[in-house]
Amino acid sequence: MYRTLKIAFVAFLCVGVVGCATSSGPRPRKSFLMLKDDYLQRRQLQTRQYDTKDATKIVMAVAGVLQDLGFTLDESESDLGLIVGSRDADATDKGQVAAAVTTDIIIAILGGTSNATSQVDAVQHVKASVIAKPSLDGNKMLVRVTFQRIVWNASNQISRVETINDPQIYQKFFESLSKAVFLEAQQI
Amino acid sequence: MKISYKSKVLFFILIGITAISGCVTTANKAFDTQESQVQTRSIQTRAFDTTDKKKLLQAVISTMQDLEFVIDNADLVIGSVTGSKFSRGTIVMTVTVRPRGEKQLLVRANVRRNLQPVTDPLTYQDFFTALEKSMFLTAQQVD
Repeated sequence: MYRTLKIAFVAFLCVGVVGCATSSGPRPRKSFLMLKDDYLQRRQLQTRQYDTKDATKIVMAVAGVLQDLGFTLDESESDLGLIVGSRDADATDKGQVAAAVTTDIIIAILGGTSNATSQVDAVQHVKASVIAKPSLDGNKMLVRVTFQRIVWNASNQISRVETINDPQIYQKFFESLSKAVFLEAQQI
Repeated sequence: MKISYKSKVLFFILIGITAISGCVTTANKAFDTQESQVQTRSIQTRAFDTTDKKKLLQAVISTMQDLEFVIDNADLVIGSVTGSKFSRGTIVMTVTVRPRGEKQLLVRANVRRNLQPVTDPLTYQDFFTALEKSMFLTAQQVD
């Protein structure tokens, strides 16, 4: 009996301590206009520098590369080195479709109705935004590209909106740009 | 069948209501604002001690990119930048830069999240803190 009471008392104390721990100390505020910890890594992923002072040459090359990649140009402001382009592409993923079809069949066999196939990704709209600006010392050009995509499912509803963070996609873009300007892209 | 006087009256009242409500449009909703204009302006605006509009706009653009925005359009003459970001909803931000006196530039940011204007002062403060970092200049509160 004495032991049980002791355990109960210790447990009670633990609860008390835990309670204090969570309430004390300011919780870090989260906001969508705050820099995240990994922003420098993202900047590195999205930026390359080219050994030229010729801003026009770079901007024109960017426009050409976007067209090579099947993008149409939506917006541009050459004074700020901005070019925005977009393209629509297929978004069907064989694995996802197969999983959805299997789900539908199994549920149909079990006597239910399921429409997972109408929820699979179908079409995507990819937007590319490129900014070319001189480096701090003015001897090089910095090119930063960001990709964004909106994905629609088979029943025409938006299923996903996201920033693309796949390094390969950025790599491919800068490889094409290097070829276009006959200059090697350097990491920042 | 004879229609009673009462139902005739009721019928005309209904027609009247339909006609009146048909005239109301939602166009005026497009100009709805919640806060007072002066208050909103002071939350959204800061002054910077520089006259280099292009450099400030480039700093705004790179700050927005660091905050994961994709730049949708920009204009050096008007001094505006608009970008969008997907983070638990769609966030759209417009920043404008214009001169204030001889020695300063005013930066004003407007943020919308899922069609709702953002009115929280701290959110705007976060943006200006990030902008200060890339400008190496202090953002000054404007009355």
